[in-house]
Amino acid sequence: MFTAALNFTRLRAQFIKEALSILRDPRSRMVVFVPPILQLLVFASAATLEVRNVDIAVYDQDAGRWSHELVQRLERAHFIARVRHVDSERSLHDLLDHGEVIAALDIPVDFSRGVAAGAGGRVQVLVDGRRSNSGQITVAYLSTIAAEMGAEVEPDALSPTPAVVRHWFNPNLIYRWFIVPGLTGILALFSALLITSLSIARERELGTFDQLLVSPTSTPEIIISKSLPALAIGTLLGLLMVAAGVFLFRIPFTGSFGLLLLGLVLFILSVVGIGLMISAVSMTQQQAILGAFSIGVPAVLISGFATPVENMPVFLQWLAQAIPLTHFLAIVEGSFLKAMPPGDVLASLWPLLVIALGTLTTATLFVRGRLR
Amino acid sequence: MPSSAVTAGTPQAAHADAAAVVIDGVVKHFGHVHALRSITARIHYGRLTGLVGPDGAGKTTLMRILAGLLVPNAGHATLAGHDVVRDNDAIHVASGYMPQRFGLYEDLSVMENLRLYAQLRGLDADRHAGLFADLLEFTRLGPFTARLAGKLSGGMKQKLGLACALMARPRVLLLDEPGVGVDPVSRQELWRMVQALTDEGMAVVWSTAYLDEAERCESVLLLNQGQLLFDGPPRELTAQLEGRSFRLEDVGAGRRAILAEALGLDSVSDGVIQGAGVRVVLRAGAPVEPVAALADAAQLQLTPVPARFEDAFIDLLGGGPGGSSALAERLPPVELGSDIAVSCRNLTKRFGDFTATDNVSFDVHKGEIFGLLGPNGAGKSTTFKMLCGLLRPTAGEAHVVGHDLRRASGAAKSRLGYMAQKFSLYGLLSVRQNLEFSAGVYQLEGDTRRERIAEMIETFDLGDWLSATPDSLPLGHKQRLALACALMHRPPVLFLDEPTSGVDPITRREFWTHINGLARKGVTIMVTTHFMDEAEYCDRVAMLSRARLIALDTPDALKRTAARAGRADPTMEDAFIHLVESADLELAGTA
Repeated sequence: MFTAALNFTRLRAQFIKEALSILRDPRSRMVVFVPPILQLLVFASAATLEVRNVDIAVYDQDAGRWSHELVQRLERAHFIARVRHVDSERSLHDLLDHGEVIAALDIPVDFSRGVAAGAGGRVQVLVDGRRSNSGQITVAYLSTIAAEMGAEVEPDALSPTPAVVRHWFNPNLIYRWFIVPGLTGILALFSALLITSLSIARERELGTFDQLLVSPTSTPEIIISKSLPALAIGTLLGLLMVAAGVFLFRIPFTGSFGLLLLGLVLFILSVVGIGLMISAVSMTQQQAILGAFSIGVPAVLISGFATPVENMPVFLQWLAQAIPLTHFLAIVEGSFLKAMPPGDVLASLWPLLVIALGTLTTATLFVRGRLR
Repeated sequence: MPSSAVTAGTPQAAHADAAAVVIDGVVKHFGHVHALRSITARIHYGRLTGLVGPDGAGKTTLMRILAGLLVPNAGHATLAGHDVVRDNDAIHVASGYMPQRFGLYEDLSVMENLRLYAQLRGLDADRHAGLFADLLEFTRLGPFTARLAGKLSGGMKQKLGLACALMARPRVLLLDEPGVGVDPVSRQELWRMVQALTDEGMAVVWSTAYLDEAERCESVLLLNQGQLLFDGPPRELTAQLEGRSFRLEDVGAGRRAILAEALGLDSVSDGVIQGAGVRVVLRAGAPVEPVAALADAAQLQLTPVPARFEDAFIDLLGGGPGGSSALAERLPPVELGSDIAVSCRNLTKRFGDFTATDNVSFDVHKGEIFGLLGPNGAGKSTTFKMLCGLLRPTAGEAHVVGHDLRRASGAAKSRLGYMAQKFSLYGLLSVRQNLEFSAGVYQLEGDTRRERIAEMIETFDLGDWLSATPDSLPLGHKQRLALACALMHRPPVLFLDEPTSGVDPITRREFWTHINGLARKGVTIMVTTHFMDEAEYCDRVAMLSRARLIALDTPDALKRTAARAGRADPTMEDAFIHLVESADLELAGTA
């Protein structure tokens, strides 16, 4: 009777205590609710791989009909904020040197003549290699503009057509389509990690953890009562992000909602286990927060959120398989854009289940270990 | 003996009449909290001045103003002739200040700490060696220079803190509660060092909440709630109480009932248990007859005893609380199958090579108040934690009401109550939510749960505070709430871990009234404490030193061991020091 591992009355009392501790603590509320909203706004609007609002310098030595046409097309292009006209090669280089423009076009004197003669025109493009990624994308945009112009000048000519790349699932390469589903995982990760890693450490600071340990409550009860609020809040935040993706950013949701929810719950449970482990070994809340970030940040980097796991050394690829976020990202990205078939989702679900069981068991052992 | 290097700032004869510190109408408030209400006093060179008062009296605020760390809202203060506000830089040179938790760098060794403080004081590197040698000799820390400060015992930390504060050879030394967390043996050392410093002419201010420490000071400033209640030699204050303190001798088993009865008399303002006796203090002008009648009825001897500083303090505050515990009155008497409530056999705990508890065995009887005492690091809290199931023993076993803590820990735990040092309440939950939580975690349900919670609210008078958070409660109510949470499930055994540290004497008396009442109902009380007068409340005391049980007896029997020529009536503190020292000698003899 007393020694039963799970008792509903004890469990309920502890669950209420945990929930109140989070909701009544202004610090906890800040940690849990403010960063997700800020991150949503900042990441979704600022963090982007698209090239926008860049300046281009043009040194038009030709000043003929076709060079004029080219410059006008540049000025109409959406990605260019301003076309800066210069009158010497030197100032062209200066602008590039100072990083004021990302690319510079040097139009030679014989450009229009060459085009008119049907021999085609050649323009020199100088790109700021320090910003290699944006630079390359800019070059691609510029060559598209040039190709369009060429097609107009000589519709029948067999001018070399640039390779046409079709991006599957995200044909327009809208960056938000990629980042918002990923954010779902990251926000749920950090909120669940912080809530749980603070929970035991907070009690230890107050001295109430000893009070709890001398009561007849069992370790599984402590683990469950500390997991549930984090699970509830993490799931809520995750779903909020999914809703934001669908309704605010209009990202096509093509997968199964039920499987995504299952994945989210398993994902958070595995994170809760990690958080409780951190909490069990932390003496203060400060240590717990540091612990949560020193686990959470590398986990995000290795999960493949920013860089593909396939590009990592083999050892890290193995490690990535042990990180719950890796699998959840596969599920959430698949559900949003790929209409991932249930079979493929399951392939990511079972590792999450294994990791969740592993971390929660270890957390139970850690908490029990505090008694020794 | 401190060398001149330590105390070179000796005031000259010209200064002898001038006061070291002049406090003139100092007022300080933090928001709505009045920490100091117009304090005026003087502190002299060559004297140990006690700054005495319960927690929240304003001691630390006054110290920090004198150390030039806080600016008073009104009034002036000078230290060694310098105004604490205008000549702030001079204050830091003339004074040495040791805050409550001294700012030692725990990851640095003793020597590295000394070096750092010397450099912070801008002392020459080549002069360090001589100065350090003096300080290390003075504090007897010489053998520990390589040890990390974090690994020092409480007493050694205070001594290192003192060494650092003495670095600049101050003329006024401000020590904020140096006796906290320090066992009687180490405290003795600190007194010795301070005595040597005052002999050299330094002014030393020692703040304390222990009223027995006040008696050792040459002069005392007694603070309560920001007001100066008394300024002068402690004897002057206790003299006012002359003829009002008595002891009922050898009361024995009935002493708790006698104390409750005595405290119920109108003529008695205060009373405590002292070993087998009961000590009472009469109200001013009250006749002794009612107490004498009580003594006659119980066939007890009533002896007049000298007044103590604590008697005077309680008297200034209008007397202690009454003697009956509303809580204990409601409890049914405890029924146990056996007379033994708690027992341990060959209890041992090792952390790596270090043995914290070594082969400790004892039995605690039902309804007994059992004290665990010992110097810092002697293993008393390790032993205590094993007895209530917070630590697993390496060897040996512990039983609570017949249940083995290892095999049936759930069953044993549901039969014990526990109250920790800092009250251990959920600060984020309201008072009612704390009560609800305790009820739930001990599996109280339905009507029982509602009744118990209502009962606790009523007996402890918590009705007005239900939606407040524990941190906003007055100290006394906070302690009541902690006790209510620990007793919600009516445990037959109650564990108290330094339950009254940092609590004022009145709140402490109220607490012990409840504990005495519980013991009379048959609740077994296990208690650890640093307060020697709390050890007097115990039926029996187990003394631990260097992980071993060195003595186990009634407080009176322990005191008798320390009796010798010139000390006919030794105190509990004398007994403590005597027992620890003779155990150490014995250990040295066998080694």
